[in-house]
Amino acid sequence: MNLFTKQRWSPYLVGALLGMLTWFTFGVAKKSLGVSTNFSQVTKVVETALAPEHAAKVSYFSDYKVPSAFGWEAGIFAGLIFGGFVASWLSGDRSGQATPDLWVKRFGSSPVKSNALAFVAGIILIYGARLAGGCTSGHGISGSLQLAVSSWAFFFSLFASGLATAFLLFRKQAA
Amino acid sequence: MFESFDLIALGLLTGFVFGFLLQKGGVTKYEVIVRQFLLQDFTVLKTMLTAIVVGGFGVYFLEGQGLAKLSIKPALLVANIGGGLIFGVGMVLLGLCPGTAVAALGERNRRAFAGTLGMLVGAFLQAESYNTVASCAKWVDLGAMTLPQLFHASPMVILSGLAIVAVSLFVVLERMERKAR
Repeated sequence: MNLFTKQRWSPYLVGALLGMLTWFTFGVAKKSLGVSTNFSQVTKVVETALAPEHAAKVSYFSDYKVPSAFGWEAGIFAGLIFGGFVASWLSGDRSGQATPDLWVKRFGSSPVKSNALAFVAGIILIYGARLAGGCTSGHGISGSLQLAVSSWAFFFSLFASGLATAFLLFRKQAA
Repeated sequence: MFESFDLIALGLLTGFVFGFLLQKGGVTKYEVIVRQFLLQDFTVLKTMLTAIVVGGFGVYFLEGQGLAKLSIKPALLVANIGGGLIFGVGMVLLGLCPGTAVAALGERNRRAFAGTLGMLVGAFLQAESYNTVASCAKWVDLGAMTLPQLFHASPMVILSGLAIVAVSLFVVLERMERKAR
């Protein structure tokens, strides 16, 4: 079977290739691989355009060195969408479009409820990432592989709270 | 408003490969993410630990040759740990993290779309509320501290230790999964 039309690759293969991708980002692009900075950057660019005086008072942008111009991060953002599209298209994988079974079992089949909670979850997710200074990419992979104390602290706390949340929410499914 | 074309192109290429791998790896799926935290599917941990070990040896080698520069995020422990605790709740509720959510947009995943809109709003709320939590977030500041500095050991020693832990964990997990099948 052709590797590219195969729906799932081994996590060890994917992990090794992701590791090699960071050799490229650090060695060639001279950048760290991250995703969540992009979201703060959108806020900064929009605020700077609409309310420059207010934006200047938001100390987050300077404290966390949020870049003012779209570039590396925006490229990653667009590339991620395209990469996800091509990978799923090659294997004819449409499973991402349906409401997940596990979700339906726990919360019912209402798509409105599913989307509303996903929206709220997105707010919580990025709030945590931006406060911590990165997400599962910037801290979890790029930071951890550089052996940063900040990134390992983030990694362990996200797992601890993820475990607690999952077992509280899915008590029946966990048994 | 835009940086150099080169940087955008490199970002696009990196993002493409990243999104492709995340989709093929199955981590753009709600079930895979949530079942990791229920300890029923270890795809996330296997992928991340492999990436960290392979990436770490390569990046520290390149750095030793003067071909790469590290970029260590500051250890603001209250912010890192507090942010991580909040992040874990969001990751289980969404069943995706920021990178995998954006890659899942390519799968036309509706939850990823709603989640990404939420992230745009969340980044705004975070920046706006930062001034009030800043002093608390910066309470413990160890600077750009690394594990090698903390333990007075070379990066290669720490990475080797990490590799041994990761491979042992993988062996145990594979055995458990074979038994369960």
